[in-house]
Amino acid sequence: MTEQKKSASTQDIDARLKQARQAAEKSAAKSGPKGPSRSGLALAMRLGVEIVSALVIGVGIGLLLDYWLGTKPWLMLLFFVLGAAAGVMNVYRLAMGMQDLDDNERE
Amino acid sequence: MAAEGHSPLAQFEIKTLIPLKMGEIDVSFTNSALFMTLTLVLVTLFLVLGMRQRALVPGRWQSMAELSYEFVANMLRDNVGNDGRKYFPFVFSLFMFILFGNMLGMIPYSFTFTSHIIVTFALAAVVFIGVTVLGFVKHGFHFFSFFVPPGVSVALWPLLIPIEIISYLSRPVSLSVRLFANMLAGHTLLKVFAGFIISLGIYFGWVPLAFVVALSGLEILIAFLQAYVFTILTCLYINDALHMH
Repeated sequence: MTEQKKSASTQDIDARLKQARQAAEKSAAKSGPKGPSRSGLALAMRLGVEIVSALVIGVGIGLLLDYWLGTKPWLMLLFFVLGAAAGVMNVYRLAMGMQDLDDNERE
Repeated sequence: MAAEGHSPLAQFEIKTLIPLKMGEIDVSFTNSALFMTLTLVLVTLFLVLGMRQRALVPGRWQSMAELSYEFVANMLRDNVGNDGRKYFPFVFSLFMFILFGNMLGMIPYSFTFTSHIIVTFALAAVVFIGVTVLGFVKHGFHFFSFFVPPGVSVALWPLLIPIEIISYLSRPVSLSVRLFANMLAGHTLLKVFAGFIISLGIYFGWVPLAFVVALSGLEILIAFLQAYVFTILTCLYINDALHMH
Protein backbone atom coordinates (compact mmCIF):
# COMPACT_ATOMS: atom_id res chain seq x y z
CA MET A 1 0.00 0.00 0.00
CA THR A 2 1.46 3.40 -0.98
CA GLU A 3 0.98 6.70 0.77
CA GLN A 4 -1.36 8.18 -1.86
CA LYS A 5 -3.86 5.35 -1.92
CA LYS A 6 -4.77 5.10 1.73
CA SER A 7 -7.85 2.99 1.99
CA ALA A 8 -10.92 4.25 3.81
CA SER A 9 -10.31 1.94 6.77
CA THR A 10 -6.77 3.30 7.31
CA GLN A 11 -8.07 6.86 7.28
CA ASP A 12 -10.71 5.84 9.76
CA ILE A 13 -8.06 4.34 12.00
CA ASP A 14 -6.00 7.53 11.74
CA ALA A 15 -8.94 9.64 12.84
CA ARG A 16 -9.78 7.33 15.71
CA LEU A 17 -6.15 7.19 16.81
CA LYS A 18 -6.03 10.97 16.96
CA GLN A 19 -9.19 11.06 19.05
CA ALA A 20 -7.98 8.38 21.42
CA ARG A 21 -4.63 10.13 21.87
CA GLN A 22 -6.26 13.42 22.74
CA ALA A 23 -8.56 11.70 25.23
CA ALA A 24 -5.60 9.92 26.81
CA GLU A 25 -3.66 13.16 27.09
CA LYS A 26 -6.56 14.85 28.84
CA SER A 27 -7.01 12.09 31.38
CA ALA A 28 -3.27 11.94 31.98
CA ALA A 29 -3.15 15.69 32.52
CA LYS A 30 -5.91 15.39 35.11
CA SER A 31 -4.26 12.71 37.21
CA GLY A 32 -0.74 14.16 36.82
CA PRO A 33 2.42 12.19 37.44
CA LYS A 34 1.75 9.02 39.33
CA GLY A 35 5.09 8.44 40.98
CA PRO A 36 7.38 5.48 40.46
CA SER A 37 5.90 2.18 39.48
CA ARG A 38 6.51 -0.57 42.01
CA SER A 39 9.34 -2.97 41.77
CA GLY A 40 10.39 -4.28 45.18
CA LEU A 41 13.90 -5.33 44.25
CA ALA A 42 14.60 -2.04 42.46
CA LEU A 43 13.51 -0.05 45.49
CA ALA A 44 15.39 -2.25 47.94
CA MET A 45 18.61 -1.68 46.01
CA ARG A 46 18.26 2.06 46.35
CA LEU A 47 18.13 2.13 50.15
CA GLY A 48 21.67 1.13 51.12
CA VAL A 49 23.45 3.27 48.57
CA GLU A 50 21.36 6.28 49.53
CA ILE A 51 22.79 6.55 53.08
CA VAL A 52 26.38 5.90 52.06
CA SER A 53 26.43 8.42 49.22
CA ALA A 54 24.99 11.19 51.40
CA LEU A 55 27.63 10.42 54.05
CA VAL A 56 30.40 10.49 51.46
CA ILE A 57 29.24 13.85 50.11
CA GLY A 58 28.91 15.25 53.66
CA VAL A 59 32.39 14.16 54.72
CA GLY A 60 33.80 15.33 51.38
CA ILE A 61 32.38 18.83 51.80
CA GLY A 62 33.61 18.92 55.39
CA LEU A 63 37.16 17.92 54.43
CA LEU A 64 37.27 20.45 51.60
CA LEU A 65 36.08 23.28 53.83
CA ASP A 66 38.59 22.22 56.51
CA TYR A 67 41.35 22.29 53.91
CA TRP A 68 40.41 25.79 52.75
CA LEU A 69 39.67 27.33 56.15
CA GLY A 70 42.28 25.41 58.17
CA THR A 71 39.79 24.27 60.79
CA LYS A 72 40.72 20.59 60.91
CA PRO A 73 38.85 18.50 61.96
CA TRP A 74 35.80 20.39 63.15
CA LEU A 75 33.91 21.07 59.92
CA MET A 76 34.44 17.48 58.85
CA LEU A 77 32.78 16.30 62.06
CA LEU A 78 29.91 18.75 61.62
CA PHE A 79 29.32 17.74 58.01
CA PHE A 80 29.61 14.07 58.91
CA VAL A 81 26.57 14.52 61.13
CA LEU A 82 24.77 16.59 58.47
CA GLY A 83 25.58 13.96 55.84
CA ALA A 84 24.24 11.21 58.07
CA ALA A 85 21.07 13.25 58.59
CA ALA A 86 20.74 13.77 54.82
CA GLY A 87 21.18 10.03 54.27
CA VAL A 88 18.51 9.15 56.80
CA MET A 89 16.23 11.77 55.22
CA ASN A 90 16.76 10.26 51.77
CA VAL A 91 15.79 6.83 53.06
CA TYR A 92 12.84 8.27 55.00
CA ARG A 93 11.51 9.94 51.85
CA LEU A 94 11.96 6.76 49.86
CA ALA A 95 10.11 4.76 52.52
CA MET A 96 7.31 7.32 52.69
CA GLY A 97 7.00 7.13 48.91
CA MET A 98 6.66 3.37 49.15
CA GLN A 99 3.98 3.68 51.83
CA ASP A 100 1.98 6.17 49.73
CA LEU A 101 1.99 3.69 46.90
CA ASP A 102 0.80 0.97 49.26
CA ASP A 103 -2.05 3.17 50.47
CA ASN A 104 -3.06 4.00 46.93
CA GLU A 105 -3.21 0.35 46.04
CA ARG A 106 -5.40 -0.51 49.00
CA GLU A 107 -7.96 2.14 48.20
CA MET B 1 46.27 -25.08 38.49
CA ALA B 2 44.80 -23.33 35.52
CA ALA B 3 43.01 -20.80 37.67
CA GLU B 4 46.24 -19.28 38.95
CA GLY B 5 47.34 -16.02 37.39
CA HIS B 6 43.77 -15.30 36.40
CA SER B 7 42.46 -12.88 38.95
CA PRO B 8 38.67 -12.50 39.02
CA LEU B 9 39.37 -8.78 38.63
CA ALA B 10 41.41 -9.18 35.44
CA GLN B 11 38.21 -8.77 33.41
CA PHE B 12 37.98 -5.11 34.47
CA GLU B 13 41.42 -4.20 33.18
CA ILE B 14 41.55 -1.34 30.70
CA LYS B 15 43.69 -2.26 27.73
CA THR B 16 44.90 0.25 25.21
CA LEU B 17 44.10 -0.90 21.70
CA ILE B 18 45.12 2.15 19.65
CA PRO B 19 47.41 4.60 21.49
CA LEU B 20 46.41 8.21 20.86
CA LYS B 21 47.63 11.46 22.35
CA MET B 22 45.88 14.80 22.23
CA GLY B 23 48.49 17.23 23.52
CA GLU B 24 49.26 16.00 27.04
CA ILE B 25 46.02 14.10 27.42
CA ASP B 26 45.89 10.36 26.81
CA VAL B 27 42.89 9.70 24.58
CA SER B 28 43.83 6.17 23.53
CA PHE B 29 41.17 3.93 22.07
CA THR B 30 40.74 1.28 24.80
CA ASN B 31 38.68 -1.88 25.11
CA SER B 32 36.22 0.20 27.13
CA ALA B 33 35.84 2.63 24.24
CA LEU B 34 35.58 -0.27 21.81
CA PHE B 35 32.62 -1.73 23.70
CA MET B 36 30.94 1.66 23.97
CA THR B 37 31.23 2.04 20.21
CA LEU B 38 29.93 -1.49 19.79
CA THR B 39 26.97 -0.65 22.04
CA LEU B 40 26.14 2.43 19.98
CA VAL B 41 26.35 0.45 16.75
CA LEU B 42 24.19 -2.36 18.14
CA VAL B 43 21.51 0.00 19.51
CA THR B 44 21.39 1.84 16.19
CA LEU B 45 21.18 -1.39 14.20
CA PHE B 46 18.57 -2.82 16.57
CA LEU B 47 16.28 0.19 16.21
CA VAL B 48 16.92 1.19 12.59
CA LEU B 49 16.80 -2.30 11.11
CA GLY B 50 13.96 -3.32 13.41
CA MET B 51 11.81 -0.41 12.24
CA ARG B 52 12.79 -0.76 8.57
CA GLN B 53 9.59 -2.60 7.65
CA ARG B 54 7.27 -0.06 9.31
CA ALA B 55 4.55 -2.70 9.30
CA LEU B 56 1.16 -1.91 10.78
CA VAL B 57 1.26 -5.34 12.38
CA PRO B 58 4.83 -5.60 13.68
CA GLY B 59 6.95 -8.69 13.37
CA ARG B 60 9.07 -9.98 16.24
CA TRP B 61 11.98 -7.63 15.79
CA GLN B 62 9.84 -4.56 15.22
CA SER B 63 7.84 -5.56 18.29
CA MET B 64 10.98 -5.51 20.43
CA ALA B 65 11.96 -2.10 19.12
CA GLU B 66 8.46 -0.73 19.73
CA LEU B 67 8.32 -2.38 23.14
CA SER B 68 11.49 -0.66 24.29
CA TYR B 69 10.19 2.66 22.95
CA GLU B 70 6.88 2.27 24.76
CA PHE B 71 8.53 1.06 27.94
CA VAL B 72 10.55 4.26 28.27
CA ALA B 73 7.71 6.46 26.98
CA ASN B 74 5.34 5.08 29.64
CA MET B 75 7.98 5.43 32.33
CA LEU B 76 8.44 9.08 31.39
CA ARG B 77 4.68 9.72 31.22
CA ASP B 78 4.00 8.07 34.59
CA ASN B 79 6.82 9.86 36.40
CA VAL B 80 7.01 13.26 34.75
CA GLY B 81 3.69 13.71 32.97
CA ASN B 82 3.03 15.11 29.53
CA ASP B 83 5.52 17.98 29.68
CA GLY B 84 8.28 15.39 30.14
CA ARG B 85 7.91 14.26 26.52
CA LYS B 86 10.51 16.76 25.35
CA TYR B 87 13.16 14.85 27.27
CA PHE B 88 12.27 11.48 25.78
CA PRO B 89 15.19 11.34 23.30
CA PHE B 90 17.70 11.85 26.11
CA VAL B 91 16.08 9.38 28.50
CA PHE B 92 15.61 6.77 25.79
CA SER B 93 19.24 7.04 24.63
CA LEU B 94 20.39 6.73 28.22
CA PHE B 95 18.27 3.64 28.83
CA MET B 96 19.32 1.87 25.62
CA PHE B 97 23.00 2.71 26.14
CA ILE B 98 23.09 1.34 29.69
CA LEU B 99 20.89 -1.66 28.90
CA PHE B 100 22.93 -2.73 25.87
CA GLY B 101 26.19 -2.02 27.70
CA ASN B 102 25.09 -4.23 30.60
CA MET B 103 23.81 -6.99 28.32
CA LEU B 104 26.94 -6.89 26.15
CA GLY B 105 28.93 -7.44 29.36
CA MET B 106 27.08 -10.71 29.91
CA ILE B 107 28.70 -12.26 26.83
CA PRO B 108 31.79 -14.26 27.90
CA TYR B 109 35.15 -12.58 27.17
CA SER B 110 33.47 -9.22 26.64
CA PHE B 111 34.14 -6.08 28.64
CA THR B 112 31.52 -4.40 30.84
CA PHE B 113 32.11 -0.66 30.65
CA THR B 114 29.33 0.02 33.20
CA SER B 115 31.51 -1.70 35.82
CA HIS B 116 33.80 1.34 35.83
CA ILE B 117 32.88 4.11 38.23
CA ILE B 118 34.21 6.80 35.92
CA VAL B 119 31.82 5.75 33.13
CA THR B 120 28.75 5.59 35.36
CA PHE B 121 29.76 8.78 37.15
CA ALA B 122 30.10 10.60 33.84
CA LEU B 123 26.60 9.44 32.90
CA ALA B 124 25.23 10.47 36.30
CA ALA B 125 27.03 13.82 36.11
CA VAL B 126 25.42 14.55 32.74
CA VAL B 127 22.01 13.80 34.27
CA PHE B 128 22.75 15.84 37.41
CA ILE B 129 24.11 18.91 35.62
CA GLY B 130 21.41 18.72 32.96
CA VAL B 131 18.65 18.52 35.54
CA THR B 132 20.11 21.37 37.61
CA VAL B 133 20.42 23.58 34.52
CA LEU B 134 16.88 22.63 33.55
CA GLY B 135 15.61 23.60 36.99
CA PHE B 136 17.27 27.02 36.81
CA VAL B 137 16.03 27.61 33.25
CA LYS B 138 12.46 26.72 34.19
CA HIS B 139 12.27 28.45 37.57
CA GLY B 140 15.13 30.94 37.64
CA PHE B 141 16.36 31.78 41.11
CA HIS B 142 13.10 30.44 42.46
CA PHE B 143 14.75 27.01 42.06
CA PHE B 144 16.71 27.70 45.26
CA SER B 145 13.46 27.27 47.19
CA PHE B 146 13.81 23.60 46.26
CA PHE B 147 16.30 23.40 49.13
CA VAL B 148 13.87 24.86 51.65
CA PRO B 149 11.60 22.16 53.03
CA PRO B 150 7.99 23.38 53.02
CA GLY B 151 6.16 24.01 56.29
CA VAL B 152 9.25 24.40 58.47
CA SER B 153 9.84 27.39 60.78
CA VAL B 154 12.63 29.79 59.80
CA ALA B 155 14.56 28.91 62.97
CA LEU B 156 15.33 25.45 61.57
CA TRP B 157 16.46 26.66 58.14
CA PRO B 158 20.20 26.90 58.97
CA LEU B 159 20.10 23.23 59.95
CA LEU B 160 17.81 21.89 57.23
CA ILE B 161 19.11 23.74 54.19
CA PRO B 162 22.63 22.18 54.41
CA ILE B 163 21.00 18.78 54.84
CA GLU B 164 18.84 19.35 51.76
CA ILE B 165 21.83 20.52 49.75
CA ILE B 166 23.90 17.47 50.78
CA SER B 167 20.95 15.26 49.92
CA TYR B 168 20.73 16.93 46.50
CA LEU B 169 24.48 16.64 45.88
CA SER B 170 24.44 12.97 46.85
CA ARG B 171 22.19 12.18 43.88
CA PRO B 172 24.87 11.70 41.22
CA VAL B 173 26.97 9.69 43.68
CA SER B 174 24.19 7.27 44.59
CA LEU B 175 23.10 7.08 40.94
CA SER B 176 26.56 6.14 39.68
CA VAL B 177 27.64 3.97 42.61
CA ARG B 178 24.51 1.84 42.39
CA LEU B 179 25.05 0.89 38.75
CA PHE B 180 28.82 0.50 39.08
CA ALA B 181 28.70 -1.55 42.31
CA ASN B 182 26.05 -3.92 40.99
CA MET B 183 27.91 -4.64 37.78
CA LEU B 184 31.31 -4.92 39.50
CA ALA B 185 30.05 -7.23 42.27
CA GLY B 186 28.04 -9.43 39.93
CA HIS B 187 30.80 -9.98 37.42
CA THR B 188 33.42 -10.58 40.12
CA LEU B 189 31.13 -13.15 41.76
CA LEU B 190 30.65 -14.94 38.44
CA LYS B 191 34.41 -15.15 37.90
CA VAL B 192 35.08 -16.32 41.46
CA PHE B 193 32.57 -19.14 41.19
CA ALA B 194 33.86 -20.06 37.74
CA GLY B 195 37.34 -20.33 39.29
CA PHE B 196 35.99 -22.81 41.88
CA ILE B 197 34.87 -25.13 39.08
CA ILE B 198 38.45 -25.66 37.98
CA SER B 199 39.94 -25.99 41.45
CA LEU B 200 37.29 -28.43 42.72
CA GLY B 201 37.81 -30.68 39.75
CA ILE B 202 35.49 -33.15 38.12
CA TYR B 203 33.87 -34.59 41.30
CA PHE B 204 32.68 -31.46 43.07
CA GLY B 205 33.07 -28.91 40.29
CA TRP B 206 29.46 -29.25 39.21
CA VAL B 207 28.22 -27.52 42.40
CA PRO B 208 29.81 -24.12 41.55
CA LEU B 209 28.89 -24.78 37.91
CA ALA B 210 25.21 -24.87 38.91
CA PHE B 211 25.78 -21.66 40.87
CA VAL B 212 27.35 -19.98 37.84
CA VAL B 213 24.34 -20.92 35.70
CA ALA B 214 21.93 -19.53 38.32
CA LEU B 215 24.04 -16.41 38.85
CA SER B 216 24.18 -15.75 35.11
CA GLY B 217 20.38 -15.65 35.08
CA LEU B 218 20.38 -13.32 38.08
CA GLU B 219 23.01 -11.12 36.43
CA ILE B 220 20.88 -10.71 33.32
CA LEU B 221 17.99 -9.66 35.57
CA ILE B 222 20.26 -7.18 37.38
CA ALA B 223 21.61 -5.87 34.06
CA PHE B 224 18.07 -4.96 33.05
CA LEU B 225 17.03 -3.80 36.52
CA GLN B 226 19.94 -1.41 36.91
CA ALA B 227 19.31 0.15 33.51
CA TYR B 228 15.69 0.54 34.60
CA VAL B 229 16.59 2.05 37.98
CA PHE B 230 19.02 4.51 36.41
CA THR B 231 16.41 5.62 33.90
CA ILE B 232 13.54 5.90 36.35
CA LEU B 233 15.65 7.99 38.73
CA THR B 234 16.53 10.26 35.82
CA CYS B 235 12.78 10.62 35.20
CA LEU B 236 12.19 11.46 38.88
CA TYR B 237 14.95 14.07 38.85
CA ILE B 238 13.53 15.66 35.69
CA ASN B 239 10.14 15.70 37.43
CA ASP B 240 11.67 17.43 40.47
CA ALA B 241 13.28 20.05 38.26
CA LEU B 242 10.08 20.70 36.31
CA HIS B 243 7.54 20.63 39.12
CA MET B 244 9.69 21.29 42.21
CA HIS B 245 8.31 19.75 45.42
